[in-house]
Amino acid sequence: MSLCLAGARVIDPATKTDKCANVYIDGARIVKVGRAPKGFIADETIDLRGQILTPGFIELGAHLREPGLEHKATIASESRAAAAGGFTSVCCTPDTVPVIDNASVVEHIKQRARSARAARVLCLGALTHGLQGDVLAEMSALKASGCVAVTNADHAIRDTAVLRHALAYAASYELTVFLHPLDYWLNRDGRMHEGAVSTRLGIPGIPEADEIIAVNRDLTLVEETGVRAHFCRLSSGRSIALIARARRAGLPVTADVALSNLLFTDRDVGTFDPNYHLRPPLRDRGDRTRLRTGIKKRDVAAICANHEPHDADAKATPFSLSAPGVSSFDTFIPALLSLVERNAFDLSTAIAAVSQAPSEILGLEAGSLAADTPADICVFDPAREWVVSNDSITSAGKNTPFLHQTVRGKVTLTVIDGRIVYNTNG
Amino acid sequence: MNQQLDEQGRLKHFLTIEGLSRALLTEVLDSAERFAPVGERAVKNVPLLRGKTVVNLFFEPSTRTRTTFELAAKRLSADIINLNIAASATSKGESLTDTLRTLEAMQCDMFVVRHQNSGAAEFIADQVAPHISVINAGDGRHQHPTQAMLDMFTIRRAKQHFDGLVVAIVGDITHSRVARSEIQALNTLGVAEVRVVGPKTLIPTQVEALGAKVFNRIEDGIAGADVVMMLRLQQERMNSPLLPSAQEYFQAYGLTERRLKLAANDAVVMHPGPINRGVEIDSAVADGSQSVILHQVTHGIAVRMAVMSLVIGTHAAAGAS
Amino acid sequence: MKIDVAELLDNMGADLQQHIDNAAREDPIIVGVHTGGVWIAQHLHKRIGNEAPVGELNIAFYRDDFSRIGLHPTVEPSKLPFDVNDRHLILVDDILYTGRTVRAAMNEIFDYGRPSSITLVVLVERGGRELPIQADIVGTRLTLAASEHVKLLGPDRLRLELCKAKT
Repeated sequence: MSLCLAGARVIDPATKTDKCANVYIDGARIVKVGRAPKGFIADETIDLRGQILTPGFIELGAHLREPGLEHKATIASESRAAAAGGFTSVCCTPDTVPVIDNASVVEHIKQRARSARAARVLCLGALTHGLQGDVLAEMSALKASGCVAVTNADHAIRDTAVLRHALAYAASYELTVFLHPLDYWLNRDGRMHEGAVSTRLGIPGIPEADEIIAVNRDLTLVEETGVRAHFCRLSSGRSIALIARARRAGLPVTADVALSNLLFTDRDVGTFDPNYHLRPPLRDRGDRTRLRTGIKKRDVAAICANHEPHDADAKATPFSLSAPGVSSFDTFIPALLSLVERNAFDLSTAIAAVSQAPSEILGLEAGSLAADTPADICVFDPAREWVVSNDSITSAGKNTPFLHQTVRGKVTLTVIDGRIVYNTNG
Repeated sequence: MNQQLDEQGRLKHFLTIEGLSRALLTEVLDSAERFAPVGERAVKNVPLLRGKTVVNLFFEPSTRTRTTFELAAKRLSADIINLNIAASATSKGESLTDTLRTLEAMQCDMFVVRHQNSGAAEFIADQVAPHISVINAGDGRHQHPTQAMLDMFTIRRAKQHFDGLVVAIVGDITHSRVARSEIQALNTLGVAEVRVVGPKTLIPTQVEALGAKVFNRIEDGIAGADVVMMLRLQQERMNSPLLPSAQEYFQAYGLTERRLKLAANDAVVMHPGPINRGVEIDSAVADGSQSVILHQVTHGIAVRMAVMSLVIGTHAAAGAS
Repeated sequence: MKIDVAELLDNMGADLQQHIDNAAREDPIIVGVHTGGVWIAQHLHKRIGNEAPVGELNIAFYRDDFSRIGLHPTVEPSKLPFDVNDRHLILVDDILYTGRTVRAAMNEIFDYGRPSSITLVVLVERGGRELPIQADIVGTRLTLAASEHVKLLGPDRLRLELCKAKT
């Protein structure tokens, strides 16, 4: 099957492309961006004039809830939601039930993802057995079964000796470790950023020191063990500075921030809106500014959806008792575009942060529109307005602060391996 | 934004002091003045809320607050039922919502809610049917607005007005919902200065943004104060990472007669109760001539009668129009 | 409206004195209903000249329209600075119309104690009773349409005002 995606504005930071052009696809791979190759006959041509075409987005950490939490969402529902949001590859976090700490769970997830025929699902294996922070996970077996990285997700490891050994062990297999910088004790009781708002609302706070201490500790251990490390979901401006300094000193670490932390601050918690109960917490305006600058200056390479779908009951409770997280695949593009519109960073940087950068972090072939790479493509209409509602959200999780709002920007076409998995064009 | 006011700006719930105007707080105090004499009559109840059903919905045990709400409801001739719900049974959101649905089905008019989680009263007010009023009787560390109003009532009776007053709140500010409500009420009513006094482990971060000046030494904090409010130190704070011992706390922060001399000559001493004698306050001060602690208890009933009548009245008026 | 309130008060004072004498009601106490009734009670108090101060009743807590209009925003509480048990009470109001105010006032009085008797004195009596209540002493009787209202203005110079209801 050959495909011609015609007339869109093509933005591909990896090949420094930003022009109106046709994209030619043959089978599972991109043939060319530009003029039709000699003798190319498209089986199907889609007119995408007025829209923007980019490499498919790559998610570094989504909670797909399966196995074990199917009352919240399933691999089928969330890989479809990912595709509808422009994501072609999605890393699923290991905090499933059972935990992704053995090859059979990986196999189960891969099989479920294949039958869903939507976004590609990549497994993040556990760093410790059951994410308990005591016994190392079977990382060699996890790597062999196809895990792209290992992580303890947001289950803080209490014992620093265990963490040190786990990093050293992962380094032995050249596994990338995704680190969520958390100090177990400082993080344990908190439910939101510790600051003026947590004081006003009387909600136990998560001090900034939680993340700063953990980033410092983890950087030291990364340097010592030589492990390839990626820092996930940074929330504090000071940790961005620490990562930038380490990178300048030559440490090969990368980092991402969750889109929500670029959009909102602790003030948005307002009067206990559980849709703003997030982990890591929304910090203050100064932090948000420094996170945006971190993306702009590429100190932080990637933006993560941090997609966490929940059932309605999980949020129908007082703030502190509610489950943290936001369902973000469906609203990812309008939210990202709103940041570009507010001059947080430019569109090319935004696209790089969700395609090229995560691809490099994971060592994937995708994330670019270069010839003879996988035809993973996202097309969105930047001007299309739509109302976020229970019906218009594809994800099983309707927990988004954008619910009932009109947003601008909508994905209209998602192509994975040359196969159209989502298309709303005529 | 203010969930507790109707379109005309009248109180339909009483959840938090935050966002209420000086005029509204004054209306509550003035109404309480009208209810105060009822307690001194032969028949101590008025038929105002006859036929109304009030539910004391307590997810966290409290004898005192529950009793004063019960007495206030009875003096208004309302029917009142007490429901004490063990925390363990409602650790899941579903059952809280279910509890509310069940009570609504019993055709109740008002929930007086105490809950261990901040924001629970707002959540419940958001969930209940529109004809039901919700009064916050304490949610987590967030607010205890009727306690703050009875303290304001006590201050106004003692000092006649709020202008120019310096008020020191001493103790565990971090975990105190009373302190949060009081800081906001005092600022709204226009006192000159609100001070919070305690060790750094018990003062929440950026409390200045609420409108309070921080003092770590009690001698500095109560110097020249017109009102000294002592907070109760919960048992679980002692011998913890926050505080070494009750003895050390009393040494450093206990209100003694000697220390009280540093305050204004006519300063009044308040305490929301129950008192830990010899921990936060010396008996001689608690029982002394400057103490208005027992007045606070008496005023609590009138203030709660006023708040209950105002919010049920707003619902009544809204339902009739 | 050309009604001389002062003249009515003179007549009422005389009638009341006679009523007290005839019924041998010794040492009565005068209680006015907020706000107009209190003004009239004060005038009568001067004329009768008894020792006990004027009692003031604010019947807001006893009204039967709470469930329709909510709490009245008045500030003054009731003040009955005497023991009402076994005393003769002179209950004073400005206008007697439906009778509901007097009903509420009597309910409140009985929450203070059990008086020997209650005598009802009103400045204006108009038709429209909804309860079986009648005054013992009346300043004047007016015939008014349901759409018309009469109101006592004061307290400095007491006068009556007639107004049409808007609806």
